[in-house]
Amino acid sequence: MSRIEAHFAGRIGGFDLDAAFTAPGSGVTALFGPSGCGKTTVLRCIAGLERLRYGHFSLSSEEVWQDGGSFLPPHRRAVGYVFQEANLFPHLSVTGNLRFGLRRAKAGAIAFGEVVDLLGLSRLLERAPGRLSGGERQRVAIGRALLSQPRLLLMDEPLSALDRMSKDEILPYLERLHDALSIPVFYVSHDLAEVERLADRLVLMEGGRVTAAGPIARLLADPALPFAARRDAAVVIDAAVAAWEPAYGLTRLAVAGAEMLVPGAAGALGARRRLRIAAGDVSLCRVAPQQTSILNVLPARVISLLPGEAHQVGVLLGLGDAGDGARLIARISAKSRDLLELAAGEAVFAQIKGIALVDSAAD
Amino acid sequence: MGDILALTVKLATVSTCMLLVLGTPLAWWLAQSRHWVKEVASAVVALPLVLPPTVLGFYLLVAMSPEGPVSRALAPLGIAPLAFTFPGLVAGSVVYSLPFVVNPIRNAFEAAGRRPMEAAATLRAAPLDAFFAVALPLAGPGLLTGAILGFAHTIGEFGVVLMIGGSIPGETKVLSIAILDYVETLQWGTAHRLSALMLGFSFCVILTMTVLEKRLLRGLR
Repeated sequence: MSRIEAHFAGRIGGFDLDAAFTAPGSGVTALFGPSGCGKTTVLRCIAGLERLRYGHFSLSSEEVWQDGGSFLPPHRRAVGYVFQEANLFPHLSVTGNLRFGLRRAKAGAIAFGEVVDLLGLSRLLERAPGRLSGGERQRVAIGRALLSQPRLLLMDEPLSALDRMSKDEILPYLERLHDALSIPVFYVSHDLAEVERLADRLVLMEGGRVTAAGPIARLLADPALPFAARRDAAVVIDAAVAAWEPAYGLTRLAVAGAEMLVPGAAGALGARRRLRIAAGDVSLCRVAPQQTSILNVLPARVISLLPGEAHQVGVLLGLGDAGDGARLIARISAKSRDLLELAAGEAVFAQIKGIALVDSAAD
Repeated sequence: MGDILALTVKLATVSTCMLLVLGTPLAWWLAQSRHWVKEVASAVVALPLVLPPTVLGFYLLVAMSPEGPVSRALAPLGIAPLAFTFPGLVAGSVVYSLPFVVNPIRNAFEAAGRRPMEAAATLRAAPLDAFFAVALPLAGPGLLTGAILGFAHTIGEFGVVLMIGGSIPGETKVLSIAILDYVETLQWGTAHRLSALMLGFSFCVILTMTVLEKRLLRGLR
């Protein structure tokens, strides 16, 4: 698999940026950080809309868009760019907008009808952009970007200008996109919930620098990063549908180091799903609890204790007897920690009260 | 009287076309550039707004007279001095009406902003392609306003024409000059008719412009 390499450095608007990271040539990489950390600038640099003192960007070793002195102008880079505000052409209909890039791009694999179906645009085609809702406008913008046959899709907080309802309306489309397309996606966001749903990898930014990068499951549970110590800490875990228990209406999911039960149908056997488990929904026992109503009681091992606030501590766990499975965080009181005499390496049982399937079911 | 009207309309039409062809790229540059030279250029373009037409006409006359710099520059190309000719009148009108055409177009470009052009660039449109496919259509109302203002202003101009055109029938004797002639020769009836025509025309231009612009802008929203 080819690796995408990005490095941009320079001054822009009184702000020093020096950001370097690599990403795999597939999946969703989220550029995550507080407002003003430079993540949008990085995205604009990748698209060629901004040119800093130093820049390097290559999609693969054969496809270099920018390196020191060489600079491909934006229209010659195979990117799809979804702006924060849809930025549709007001003088063109929805169809006109969708075909704008399609007409100009080299022939590619992404067909007009396919995008219209994927994003549910068939009823909107003749409309003027001014007569669309915020969510519809953003869907058209995504479709327009996809039809320009990008080798890389850049999305700059595509949901931030939308209200809660429009967000909920558009997120499933983004997830379908994730499943249906093999194009790598760079997704700028400052909303952790969005990132937990969509991203495979995180590039963490602060003050114009990249502070960490890696798979989202690892970063969310990394004790060195601010996520794990947050009051609303949570982990995301990749799971595969392992069995269906029709008598109880439960689905059995396999994750690294354990199996979990979730209510309802979660897809065909083998389907990949993403789970989110909040630290507040995990409690710990020293011995396997007998006769409990909680379905998911899993052996685990303490990896480390995380400082918490107000007499609370976080406990970072590895699932499985050896503790080498998926990572989990439990938020417990300081008193419980002392009563259970928890320390790194100890074996425990994690009782999980709530598991959320954060991606919507693939069709 | 017919030939006077025909000449006036011909002058306004030719001038408007020239104004659009020259004024649009100029307006684009003024809207886009961040160079300080742009401020100087912008002031030069705006000069006709404040200069007395006679001053402008005087300098144009000097430039286009047989000994003037423009005439000398054009002489090797076999072009006769422009003073007191129709092409000279067109050149003068273009200079005089430039701000009326450039400003609305420039404002329209600035109102549309950079974002549509950035979107076009990420959709594989090369700069020139993006200009014609996005910037120009988005500036439609501004272009229309500029064209109408340029046309109307050329028809109404007097001072510059008087200075560089004189009053040669069929060549440089346009409506506004003709009215003065009729008044001076005490043909009040004809002067009345022409003046009323101008009044009606001017009113219609302003009304049409307001309505059309509103409609076009609604289409873009």
